[in-house]
Amino acid sequence: MATYNLSVNGKKVKVDVEPDMPLLWVVRDFVGLKGTKFGCGMALCGACTVHLNGQPARSCQTPVSSIGKSDKITTIEGIGETQLHAVQKAWIEEQVPQCGYCQSGQIMTAVALLKSNPDPDDAEIDSAMSGNLCRCGTYDRIRKAIHRAAGEMKVAQPGIGKM
Amino acid sequence: MEKIQTSRRNFLKATGISTFGLALGVTTFARDASVKKITPAILRLEINPFIIIDTAGNITLVNPRPDMGQGSTQAVPSLLAEELGVKLENVQIIQSDGSGKYGSQTSGGSSSVRELWLPIRKAGAAAREMLTTTAAKRWNVAVSECTSEDGYILHKASGRKLSFGELADDASKLEIPKEPKLKEPKDFKIIGKYNKRLDVPERVTGKAVYGIDVDIPGMVYASIVHSPLIHGKIVSIDDTETKKIKGVLQVIKTERTMPHRTSEAVAVVATNWWAALKGKKALQVKWDNAELEKTVNTANYFAESHEAAKKEGINFEEKGDFSVKYAGAKDKLEANYETPFLAHAPIEPENAIAHVKDDGSVEIWAPVQGPDWTLRDVCAYMKVKPEQVKINVKLLGGAFGRKAYHDFVLEACHISKEIKKPVKVIWTREDDISQGPYRPGMLSHMQGFVEDGKITGFHHHAIGESIVGQVFKGLKDDEADPWLSEEISTGNNKYQFATASKVSWTNVKTDIPIVWWRSVYASNFGWGQECFIDELAHLAKKDPLKARMEILPDERFKKVLETLAEKANWEEKLPEGSGKGMAVFKSFNSISACCITVSKKDKGVKIDKVISVIDCGYYVNPDNVKAQTEGNIVMGLTAAIKDGITFHNGACEQTNFHQYNILRLNETPVMDIHIIDSGAAPGGVGEPGLPPVAPALGNAVFAATGKRMRKLPFNINDLG
Repeated sequence: MATYNLSVNGKKVKVDVEPDMPLLWVVRDFVGLKGTKFGCGMALCGACTVHLNGQPARSCQTPVSSIGKSDKITTIEGIGETQLHAVQKAWIEEQVPQCGYCQSGQIMTAVALLKSNPDPDDAEIDSAMSGNLCRCGTYDRIRKAIHRAAGEMKVAQPGIGKM
Repeated sequence: MEKIQTSRRNFLKATGISTFGLALGVTTFARDASVKKITPAILRLEINPFIIIDTAGNITLVNPRPDMGQGSTQAVPSLLAEELGVKLENVQIIQSDGSGKYGSQTSGGSSSVRELWLPIRKAGAAAREMLTTTAAKRWNVAVSECTSEDGYILHKASGRKLSFGELADDASKLEIPKEPKLKEPKDFKIIGKYNKRLDVPERVTGKAVYGIDVDIPGMVYASIVHSPLIHGKIVSIDDTETKKIKGVLQVIKTERTMPHRTSEAVAVVATNWWAALKGKKALQVKWDNAELEKTVNTANYFAESHEAAKKEGINFEEKGDFSVKYAGAKDKLEANYETPFLAHAPIEPENAIAHVKDDGSVEIWAPVQGPDWTLRDVCAYMKVKPEQVKINVKLLGGAFGRKAYHDFVLEACHISKEIKKPVKVIWTREDDISQGPYRPGMLSHMQGFVEDGKITGFHHHAIGESIVGQVFKGLKDDEADPWLSEEISTGNNKYQFATASKVSWTNVKTDIPIVWWRSVYASNFGWGQECFIDELAHLAKKDPLKARMEILPDERFKKVLETLAEKANWEEKLPEGSGKGMAVFKSFNSISACCITVSKKDKGVKIDKVISVIDCGYYVNPDNVKAQTEGNIVMGLTAAIKDGITFHNGACEQTNFHQYNILRLNETPVMDIHIIDSGAAPGGVGEPGLPPVAPALGNAVFAATGKRMRKLPFNINDLG
C-alpha cells in the first residue's frame, strides 16, 4: 500500500492503494468518479479513456505509480463542469448515445482530437477515433458530432482553425 | 370494476410517491383496455404498469422495459404523454422491480412499443377523460367544451383552467372508462415526431448510473475463475499466491448456473475489484475436463451439421411435394450457408451486486433486461419467495440479449450467501467472450429450382442447436423448433413459391451455452435465405430485385422493395469491379431491406454505401428508428466480416477484442436509412434492421467479383 496525491479535475485527492492499481480503478472506486468505464482491461476498447496532462490515456493500463505529482488527470466529469463542452453539446444535438456506456471514452478522445486539430476531416476523425469501440454502432453520429463541435468551437473562438 | 378504499399507506409503500391523487393501472397482457383504479386489491390482481398522477400534478410512469440503449425510456412515456396531453419531459419514470403486479417486464424480442402501444395509450386517454370530466363537473359545463393541454384542463369559452394536480384527487373517485377515446394518428404531437431523448445529457457527462457503477455499504468485490472448457470439474485449488495479495479476503468454491447445466467455479473475494482480479490471475486451479473437448467444440458441431444437411430433417412446413418436384426439376441449385457462434460483447461486461441477508431475503442491483425474469430465476435458485427478493435494475451498458441470461446474477447470489456480505461480481472481458452464452452457429441447407424464369421451388433446412431446446428445455426430439415460424416460414417471409416449398429442421446439440442474440435466429437464417434467393435469381437470369418482386405479392414487402430500388438507385450501371447486392427480411413484425454497394480493392472489396429501408408500422421517434437501424447495420456488418467464436480442444479461441474484433469507426460505411409510413400496427425497431445486412453484402460481393460467399464470417480484404 502506498499513498498517492493526485490532481483529478483540478482537485487534489489522496488515495492509499497498491502501486500497480490502474488509474481506472483508482478513479472509480477510490475517488468515486464512475463516469470512466471498464470495458476490456487491455487498452483495446477505449471506454476507460481519460486525459493525462491533456493527452488521451487508457486508464486501465496506467498504473497509479506511473503518475507524477504534477500530472493532471481529467475525467469525463471534469470537462464540462461549469457548462457543457462543445463536444458534449454536439453529442446531444446529434443524439449520439444509445446505451451510452462507451461515450465517456469517445468524448474524451474527441475533445483531445479537437484540441490538437480544431478542424479535422473525415480521415483524421477516422484515425483518431478508431481505437474507441461502440457495440451499439453510433459511429456515424460520432463523426457528425465531431464536425458539428468543430464548427461550434470555430464560431466561439474565431481565428482558431486550419490555415 | 373494483370499488375499494384506497389504502394510502400500502400505496405509498408500493410506489414511494409522497402525494397520491389518481393512479391508473393497465394490464400489459390484455389487449383490451382494462383500465382500473389502483387499489391494494388491484395490486394483488397483478395489473399494471402504473401510471400515477399526484396532487402536485407530477406524472409518474413505472416503466416496465429496462433501457439498454434501444430507447424504451423515451418510447414508453411518449405513448402516455401523447394521450394525456402533456409534454414528454413532464413524465417521470421509475423502473419496475420485477414484481408480478407489473406484468411482463423484459426488454427483448423488440417488444416494448409493440406490446405497450395500446395499453399505455388507453391508460393515458382514460386518465385524461377522468380529469376532464372532473373539471367539467366543477365548472358545471359540458365535457365537450373542455380540452386538455400541458397538464391543464381548459375551458376556453370562460378562460378557466385547472391543473391535473388540482383535479387528481376527485378524478380518482370516478369510474374508469373502459373504452377511452384514443387520439387519431393525424393528431399526434409526440408519437411519430422527432424528439430528443431526455436521457442523452446524463450519458454524455458521466452521470448516468449503470449496473457496474452501483456501490452498496459494506460491499466486497469478486472476480471469478470459470472453467476454460465451460463445464469442467475442479480437481484442486492452490490459493497460496492469491492469499498473498493485499486486499484479498477469501477464496471460495462457487458455481455458474446456466439453464442447461451448472458448472463449478472459484471466486476470489477482495476489498476491491483490482485485488480480486489479481487474485484470480494468481490462482492455480486444476480441472477435470472429462470428454468436454468433444462436446464443447465448434468444428465437431459444424461437421455434424454438414452431415445432417445430407439427410432429411423434421418437416416444419411443406407446400407441394418438394422432394419429388426437386428431383424432377431441370434448373436447380443446392448450397450450404453457415453462420458462426457469436458473443454479444456489450461494452459493459456482465456484473451484479447481490446481498443475501440473514433473514434469507435477497436484494439485487444489476443491469438486466428483465427484472421479472431475474426475480423468477433468483427465486428458483435461492429457493425463496418473490416477496423476499428485491430487484433494482440499473442502466444497461449494452446487452443485445446477453443480459436476459442470469448466470452472473446467480453467481453473486451464491457468493453473497457463502460469505454473508453484499458482493459485487464483475466479469472480465475474457469471461464475457470466452464463456458465452453465444448466438448459436447455424447451417442453412438450401435447395431450390426455377421454372420458366421464375423461382418456383424452395427448401430451407435449418440445422443447429435450438434456443428453445437448450435454454427452455422445451424441444422434443421429433419436433421442429417452433421459433422457425417467426423467421423462415412462408407465413413470415411471404414468398410464394408456385410449385413447392419446404422448411425443415435438424437439431444438432452442443454443450456450448447459447442464447438469443440481436434478432435471434433471423441473424442466422437471413444469410441462407436471402443469398440463396440471389443465387436462384441468377439461375433464372433475372435481376435479383425483380425476381423477388415476382414471388412477393404482399403489398408491404412490395413497397419496401420499390422504395429500396428507388433510394439505392438499383438500376444504375456501375463500373466494372463494383456491384450492388440486396436482401429483405421480416422479423418482429417489421420488414427491413438493405442494399449494399461494394467495389473491388486489392484481393477483397470495399463497402461504399449501405441503404436500409424499414417498414415498422407506427413508430414513436423516427430518429430512434434510424439510430437503431444504424446500430443494426454496424452489428450486422461486424457479424459478416469480423470474428466468429470458435472452440478448439474445448476452449474458446477468442478472449478479448484483439481476437474478437468488432467494427470500428474507420470501417463504418456511409449509411442512408429510410422509414416507410405504412400505418400498420407497430413492429419491432431494435432488431429487424440486422438480418438483411450480411446477405446484402454477400450478394454485393458476388455482383462485384463473381465470388459467392457462403460461410460467415469472411475476410472482406481477401476473398480468397
